[in-house]
Formats: sequence, C-alpha cells, structure tokens
Amino acid sequence: MAALGSPLRTLRGLLRELRHASSPAGRPYRDTPAYKHIIAAFRAHRVTSEKLCRAQQELHFQAATYLCLLRSVRQHAALHREYHGKGERSPEEVAGLVGFRLPQQPGGKG
Amino acid sequence: ERKRFYQNVSISQGEGGFEINLDHRKLKTPQAKLFAVPSEALAIAVATEWDSQRDTIKFYTMHLTTLCNTALDNPTQRNKTQLIRSAVKFLETDTVCYRVEEPPALAELQKNEWDPIVAWAEERYKVAIGSSTSFLGPNIPASTKETFVSHLASYNMWALQGIEYVVTQLKSLILSMGLIDRHITVERAVLLSRLEEEYQIQRWGNVEWAHDYDQCELRARVAAGTLFVHLCSESSTVKHKLLQD
Repeated sequence: MAALGSPLRTLRGLLRELRHASSPAGRPYRDTPAYKHIIAAFRAHRVTSEKLCRAQQELHFQAATYLCLLRSVRQHAALHREYHGKGERSPEEVAGLVGFRLPQQPGGKG
Repeated sequence: ERKRFYQNVSISQGEGGFEINLDHRKLKTPQAKLFAVPSEALAIAVATEWDSQRDTIKFYTMHLTTLCNTALDNPTQRNKTQLIRSAVKFLETDTVCYRVEEPPALAELQKNEWDPIVAWAEERYKVAIGSSTSFLGPNIPASTKETFVSHLASYNMWALQGIEYVVTQLKSLILSMGLIDRHITVERAVLLSRLEEEYQIQRWGNVEWAHDYDQCELRARVAAGTLFVHLCSESSTVKHKLLQD
C-alpha cells in the first residue's frame, strides 16, 4: 500500500494549505466548507496510526492526494510568479540595464 | 484573464447534483450547461478552487473545475468504449515498460524503480506485461489488454474521464492503476513517470524554473485527476443520475 506517513501530519498539512489559500479579506479559513468537511471526515473516521481499517486508509489517501494538489498548485503559482510572470521590461528598465537613461523630450515624442 | 467578479462562493444541492454558486449566480460549464457534480466533497473542492482566486481568475490552476467541465461537456464526444481504448492503448508504450540500455546507470535505475511496479500490476491483475529495450516497445499480449479493458469498464463515465486524463499526463497506464488502487502516492507516481528527468537532475543539477515548475504542474494535474476518480467512484456519495453509464 502507499507510503502515506502519519495521518496527523497530513491533516496539519491540509489545514495549513487551506489557511494559505484563504484570503485575509474573505471568510476566516475555519469557516469554509472545505475546512469543515475535512475536520468532520477525520473525526468521523478517527484516522489514527492503525493500519487496519480500509475506510481509514482510503480517507487518508484521499486527504494526502488533496494535500498534494493544494501544495503543488501553490508552489507552481509561486514559481510562475517568480520566473515566468514578469513580462517584458519597459524601455526605461532596458536602458537602465546598460547604464543609459532615456532622453527627456519636452512636449513628448514626435 | 478575467477579474474575480464574485464575493462569495457556496454550494447548493440541486436535482442534477451539487452546484456551485458565485454570489447569486450558478456556475455554468464552457458549453453553458449547469455545473452539477455527483459528489459533495468534489463540489467543496471545486468551490475552494474558485474561492482561492484573488484579483484575476487563473483557470490553469483550477484542475478539478476543468475535469468537471470535461465530464459535463464531453467536448471530444467520446463514449466509454473510446475512453477505455485510449487509456489501454498507452500500455503499448507505457513509460515503465519502455527501457533504455544506455547509460548503464539509468538502465539500472529503471530496473530498480520500475520493475517492482510492473510486478505489482502483473500480480494484482494476473496478467503478463514485461518490459522491453526494443525500439518497438513491449509486446503486450491481447489477453492482458482485455483484462484491463474489462476492469476499466467497471468505472462510470466521470471516473473514466479522470482515469484517461491521468494516463495521458503520466504516459503510463500502469502508474495510473497504481494510483487508482492506492498502491503508490501521487508524488511517487510523478517521480516514476519522470525517472529519466530525475536521473539527469541528479547528474547535472536542478533548474528550479524548469524542473520544479514542471514537477509541480504534473503533481497538481495528477493529484487532481486521482482525487477526481476516487470522488466520482464512491458509491455512498454519488448521485447516479448524472453518471450516464
């Protein structure tokens, strides 16, 4: 079976990702349907360290998969912003790269 | 790119399943059908995707929404048989069966990492698969393909969209079945799918803006696909009317 680690760790990771995903201006993350659903599911199935119950293993796998989804989307977006999101440099920036400044023309260019 | 045009995201239950509300508007698919999903957990996850958007809506990060739209609209107009055939066809060029001979270190790595998962699939499904270094790829017996076709036929249309999606992303039916059967995690499946990249990274170094970028994207897509399949297959939470077997 899949090497999932500790269910508690998965739960903590999930709650952390939900916190990251929620905006400071919106509803508090504890108020969201996702948070409530996850907490209720873990409570109902009492996912502990025992490897015996199949339903528990299924829930844990689902939780771990969802955690992977949230985490990967966040990391991907961060990498995108960092490396791919900046677009082109303005003419001022390009000039600045080689130590020039664009000329000032009174009344604007032609 | 569209600006976020809604304040609140909520879920409601309609005749066709669970619906997503953006303020007072009901979410629709690209083909203007009412967005309704058979699983409450899936609806909650989709709602979370919409609620996570900040100033602009980044559709390319909303993998579950996309999968649901595909299931609802079926834009490629494929039926169950065609989806199954498409997925099983990947077996002929399955990543974990297609081996190199050179360099020896990579060949060794493929043997050590991929042999166990192939063996698992052979045992689990009682089929012969094997692996090959031939240009033509492995020679998969017809009976093996039949077994997988039969097995996949037990999944409903929504789950099959998900399965075919995962197979296409990982370029491997075997790795996908490993995920569906909860034998391996998403992280492991993605690692095995990208084994050669991982080998090159070990040898030559990691380039964050390419390697990590690709890895995160593949993980996100495969995680979404896997979750989608499981949530659409759970008989206790599923509304059968939508699933069009």
